[in-house]
Amino acid sequence: MNRIDARFAELKSAGRTGLIPFVTAGDPSAAAMVPLLHALVGSGADLIELGVPFSDPMADGPVIQHANERALAKGVGLVQIFGWIGEFRKTDSKTPVVLMGYLNPVEIYGYTRFARDAVAAGVDGVLLVDCPLEEAQTAQALDAAGLRRIYLSAPTTSESRLAALCEAARGFLYYVSFAGITGANRLSLDAVGERVLKIKSRTATPVAVGFGVRDAESAAAIARFAEAVVIGSALVERLAAADSVEAACATAREFLAPIRAALDAGARAHAA
Amino acid sequence: MLAATKDKRIQVPDFTKYPDVHGRFGDYGGAFVAETLMAPLAELTENYLRLRNDPAFVAELDRDLKHYVGRPSPIYHAERLSKRIGGAQILLKREDLNHTGAHKINNTVGQALVARHMGKTRIIAETGAGQHGVASATVAARLGLECVVYMGATDIERQKINVYRMKLLGATVVPVTSGSKTLKDALNEALRDWVTNVAGTFYIIGTVAGPHPYPMMVRDFNAVVGREARAQMLAEYGRLPDTLVACVGGGSNAIGLFHAFLNDANVAIVGAEAAGDGIGTGRHAASLAAGRPGVLHGNRTYVLCDDNGQITETHSVSAGLDYPGVGPEHAFLKDTGRAEYVGVTDAEALAAFHELARTEGILAALESSHAVAQGIKLARGMEKDKMILVNLSGRGDKDVHTIAAREDIAL
Repeated sequence: MNRIDARFAELKSAGRTGLIPFVTAGDPSAAAMVPLLHALVGSGADLIELGVPFSDPMADGPVIQHANERALAKGVGLVQIFGWIGEFRKTDSKTPVVLMGYLNPVEIYGYTRFARDAVAAGVDGVLLVDCPLEEAQTAQALDAAGLRRIYLSAPTTSESRLAALCEAARGFLYYVSFAGITGANRLSLDAVGERVLKIKSRTATPVAVGFGVRDAESAAAIARFAEAVVIGSALVERLAAADSVEAACATAREFLAPIRAALDAGARAHAA
Repeated sequence: MLAATKDKRIQVPDFTKYPDVHGRFGDYGGAFVAETLMAPLAELTENYLRLRNDPAFVAELDRDLKHYVGRPSPIYHAERLSKRIGGAQILLKREDLNHTGAHKINNTVGQALVARHMGKTRIIAETGAGQHGVASATVAARLGLECVVYMGATDIERQKINVYRMKLLGATVVPVTSGSKTLKDALNEALRDWVTNVAGTFYIIGTVAGPHPYPMMVRDFNAVVGREARAQMLAEYGRLPDTLVACVGGGSNAIGLFHAFLNDANVAIVGAEAAGDGIGTGRHAASLAAGRPGVLHGNRTYVLCDDNGQITETHSVSAGLDYPGVGPEHAFLKDTGRAEYVGVTDAEALAAFHELARTEGILAALESSHAVAQGIKLARGMEKDKMILVNLSGRGDKDVHTIAAREDIAL
């Protein structure tokens, strides 16, 4: 069973909301990468989204743009990223890892080669930001290799496309909480709730909500209707200031602990 | 017609049938964007396809092109230049004589009309050399629309006059400091703006790149250049040119000239890309001549990138050609062998700039000077009764400072 599917099944039976931190591969440093992945899991991450740096991240706000630039300045590429995930997998065989990024690095690496190396390293899913459903066949080698293709759904997604997305969704469906770039502060909980409930009425695939989730309060609010919350820019911004491996791990723990606690408190309140 | 022999040759019976409904030109094009933009792109495609077949819209556009842009632009026989070279005759399609000084206005007039029909009140645009920014600010002023232009900080520095022109026209120019601070980064930033302000904003892309329907729509609006040129050649010379030459950055002036001739098998088509310091130096912007297929800014096309798929920084003396991608239709024309794409260096373009200025009294834009240089190069090897039609896509007033600085002349 794919680790993503297994994890969402566990969350469901435990009545918990999934916590999905996003970090950019190679940021804040190459040395911090594997310890940081373990620290995320130790702080309550249920699934990890690992950003593959790209020179032209057109859907990302300044925080993740800069993380990309820092990682690229260190020469971070897919070979290295697969190496880190392989290393992480030596002691963590359970936590799903989803690579998130843009198409060109995958296209140039080669889809078949990418699928083979990703599976060998222990990657479970891939979210290609600039590869919508209509262009999905371009990367069909990923599906054939058993990787879960994570699709985005947005407030602007039309009814007919939403139906097609719900049909195609595997692993989980990522709902982009507002029309904008990552890290912006435009979250409208009512609108998100209404939209997510609509998606859930159409598919049994779990829904994760991301973009604009910054802290325990917003995460707990999202948890009322989504199976998981994704937190990216707010974490990446804090990690940027970490000047050592230990500091990066400590930053991740300090940031995620209250969010994990708020999600769990919400789940208990719900159960009660 | 049958495309010439090339590795990826496919038989193309009719080049005017592209793109298909998905915006694909063979393997190239498409719509590779984040989910949020899929709906506005669909809305745009639907509106554009309706409007382009609407006689009232077409009449409105034709009127604007005639009375506001100043079309048709003439074809001018550069006789003194041709005589000096001693080979084929060089003819210039004078897009430099358009309002705002370049072909860019053909497209912005068209897109602004589409924007107005769609009820959009805010225009955004990216610009490299500033010509498209000026052309966008111009039409926004005319239609009373708010206009925000994204421009790389590096380009702002080297195109100060155009920045000021945009401000005079009431536009807000936003410096882009991410990445290489040039055209590609301005495009990223404009896409980020659009994704954020999707409801009321119309994004006027300035070249035949970006996601579908832009490569098709921008081509259609610039195709007036080739339609006119073809009719003018037949009327004035009773024949078609032997060769077409245009500079290619994103490729809008080039596809504009080429499109009406694509099914004329006897007309050779040559695109001049910016070879900068020379393709061998790595400091260039020749995506077709030296790049590889990839995905950038919403379409699959030839891109300049490293082995990790990271887009590489480009170099050209001309800001308008300084782009690491190229319109997908050019990628298709290259692979089918219908067009040939060659590099022209900074030095060759500058030499052609001076040559044209001294022999014909025309200051060409640095972008267009690449096409002039290639036209001169080709003319040398051709008989005197042959004709080369060069797209003089813009005028050089904006580049005077750049040229003076390069030649150590203080103004």
